[in-house]
Amino acid sequence: MTPLSYALQRGTAMLMAPLIVIHLAVIIWAVQGGLSAEEILSRTRGSLPWGVFYGLFVLASAIHAGIGVQTILREWTPLGRLASANIGHGLIVVLWALGARAVYAVVWA
Amino acid sequence: MSAPERILQVDIRRGGEAGDYERFEVPERENQTVLDVVTYIQRHLDAALAYRFSCRVGVCGSCAMTVNGRPRWTCRTHVARVVRGGKLTLAPLANLPVIRDLVTDMTPFFEKWQAARGRFVPGDGPRGEMAAVSPGDKQRMAASDAIECINCGVCHAACDVVSWREDYLGPAALNRAWAAWNDVRDGDRNGILRAVTSGGGCHTCHTHQSCAEHCPVSLNPTFSIAGLKRESLKAKLRGELK
Repeated sequence: MTPLSYALQRGTAMLMAPLIVIHLAVIIWAVQGGLSAEEILSRTRGSLPWGVFYGLFVLASAIHAGIGVQTILREWTPLGRLASANIGHGLIVVLWALGARAVYAVVWA
Repeated sequence: MSAPERILQVDIRRGGEAGDYERFEVPERENQTVLDVVTYIQRHLDAALAYRFSCRVGVCGSCAMTVNGRPRWTCRTHVARVVRGGKLTLAPLANLPVIRDLVTDMTPFFEKWQAARGRFVPGDGPRGEMAAVSPGDKQRMAASDAIECINCGVCHAACDVVSWREDYLGPAALNRAWAAWNDVRDGDRNGILRAVTSGGGCHTCHTHQSCAEHCPVSLNPTFSIAGLKRESLKAKLRGELK
């Protein structure tokens, strides 16, 4: 791990900690009286704050997971530095793309 | 009438990398150390037993072995403290090549010290010019905290990350690098940061703290490694690390 990937790993973890707490708290609070998909979408569609919130969440988790998987591959498989890095970076792109698609679907589509 | 002599059952790993355990019976004594047990076996039961020791008082760091599954300095480890049901199991230190019996090849360990640049590099100042370093200086105190390492290899053997990654410099080498970096007289402190951030450097550490848990002289290499992580990141952001 380079100093910059270390900083990204720690930085995304720090960012995700409050985001996860808010995400879970809102789920628990919102479903108390029952909640349908339509009701969720009516609150998220066109909402810039939720778009920013989950946009950041997706980006942070994609970066964090990609760097983490790269480290695990390096430690637990025979893969070398370059192969582990390529898979880790690829995972960042895939996770971000899947997450960004979901955010787009619930906020702007 | 004196009490009957108590006997320790001691299983020792014999041979090289592909060795096996051999059992010895050793009379138990008061205040007996694990090193005393091994010495008894070599002097009275099997002169061919290979092990390493020197000072016998916890200074030289050469007698470390795996005692009942845990790396320890054997000269300062009393049998009474570690024996389980009258049995001791002794093996060479983990994470190092085995030469024979309880003796490991420490070459990779010390090569990592060199790779982490844990040695002093003089600056360009004129000869005879003394650097004034106050005993209360923050960096001087950080160096003092890290410098008492006896090179026993216990932390290296206890570290999971060393066992996973051959290129990881390990807690002892990185702790030494932290002591060296805190020496303000050093002429190339960024060189230390470059050395500890390339390949399996300080950022490879998972902060498990096994090194601090096992260190026989109560050093905290994890703390030293955290310092290297912090300072190398700062140097990188300042553009001082290429």
